[in-house]
Amino acid sequence: MRTIAEINEKIKKGKAVVVTAEEVIDIVQEKSYKKAYETIDVVTTGTFGPMCSSGVFINFGHSNPPIRMQSILLNDVCAYGGLAAVDTYIGATEVSQKRGMEYGGGHVIEDLIAGKDIKLHALSSGTDCYPRKEILTTINKDNINQAYMFNPRNAYQNYPAATNSTNKTIYTYMGTLLPNYGNITYSTSGELSPLLNDPYLRTIGVGTRIFLGGGVGYVAWQGTQHKVDVERSANGIPLVHAATLAVIGDIKGMSTEYVRGAVFDKYGVTLFVGVGVPIPVLDEEMLKYVSVKNSEIYTKLVDKSGNVNIDKKYNYAELRSGTVKFNGKAVHTAPLSSLDVARKIACTLKEWINRGTFELTEKVADLPCESVVHPLEIREIK
Amino acid sequence: MSKLKLKLSFDKDCVTKPVIYELVKKYDVMTNILSANIEYGNRGNMILEIKGKEENLSLTLEYFKSLNIKYEIYAEAILWDESKCINCGSCTAVCPTQALTMGKDDLLHFDKDKCVVCQLCINACPIRIISVEL
Repeated sequence: MRTIAEINEKIKKGKAVVVTAEEVIDIVQEKSYKKAYETIDVVTTGTFGPMCSSGVFINFGHSNPPIRMQSILLNDVCAYGGLAAVDTYIGATEVSQKRGMEYGGGHVIEDLIAGKDIKLHALSSGTDCYPRKEILTTINKDNINQAYMFNPRNAYQNYPAATNSTNKTIYTYMGTLLPNYGNITYSTSGELSPLLNDPYLRTIGVGTRIFLGGGVGYVAWQGTQHKVDVERSANGIPLVHAATLAVIGDIKGMSTEYVRGAVFDKYGVTLFVGVGVPIPVLDEEMLKYVSVKNSEIYTKLVDKSGNVNIDKKYNYAELRSGTVKFNGKAVHTAPLSSLDVARKIACTLKEWINRGTFELTEKVADLPCESVVHPLEIREIK
Repeated sequence: MSKLKLKLSFDKDCVTKPVIYELVKKYDVMTNILSANIEYGNRGNMILEIKGKEENLSLTLEYFKSLNIKYEIYAEAILWDESKCINCGSCTAVCPTQALTMGKDDLLHFDKDKCVVCQLCINACPIRIISVEL
């Protein structure tokens, strides 16, 4: 048994042994769990996928005379006007009023992080203390007060692979799905993915310090639709959607290498977000969890047209191979999340810890270990 | 020897003509049909690669005009801005010829020779870094 405090002491002295969630697999294969446990202190993870439930809180600062912004456009993309005078939240999926789906909140966030000037146009009805009724100016990350990303749901623990049973192409958040089960898409970094390396969230909770978008962030809360009571494989890995994280971090430390606005054809705008979580190897059980490999991580296949209930699961080694057998035929598989960038995230986090600039945190509170995801009932309005 | 990649659009009058035969016989061009969707007695289109002497390729285009076959000349392949690519792999989901594939290194690989310029990848790319030059 080792504690996070002990690991942090080692980090300060530059003596902590840090490996990525891919590297640990080979180490465990060469050595026994016991020997590997004795040497490895921290395993780093990473993921870089489209995460719609993302956005940024901004405080613009006050103009003279001041305005209480009610209707707010950033590069013609609507931001929320229901907060205090010059506070707003720009969500990733909001689309441009001029360019439609080709540009949206995700792109505004990317441009903000890139340091570009963003056009701000806001309207107000005017009050005695905020007399201005309209403002047109440009802002950038250096002339605004705060800009912090707060993503209500990131880093889904697992996600079903998608296909299409109909005879027409369908356009979804899981990409373009060709007719008659013409392809299968999936979105994960598999054995590198943060929550797949700690399936019961033993070490991840409120307050966990993480890599977010190229900078330092924190786990703020359970993510929306967080669910832990799900069907799992014998190794504890969920077979479907399960735990999620709400995360927070200052965009001023972020980089567009790890935050990218994106368009899913005929579906809408989203944001690729880079998340990396360090996992302390507290005991041999944690080492077993972090050494899970793609061939041991299964996910279900879902018909995104909603017509057919498919009873089929694949592991990520099979999906990564490029083709899987479905109904006796070879079907082409394609990823949606970048393993290349996920790997860079895990390596960057490892480097930060090795340099002593990133220490691990004890969680302040556990994420819920019981939770139910309710459907939305259509009820009569009385 | 020159090479052209073309998209041909036929209307219902010319789908009955043995166009490819004529190209080979009359103009001595090598033809490679990359994709074809033609219904007899109806309209259709074809992506065709032709190789031959430059003057014969010009004559081939004149021949298309004379038959009222509309054509667009493609660049050799799609243009992929590799430096901006995040290697997510979304485009590989729709590529019909596996010109775009994920390599063992988990990076996107583009095989120009396999590209039929169907352009499905252009809209499937979430970062919008694939285009085509006509």
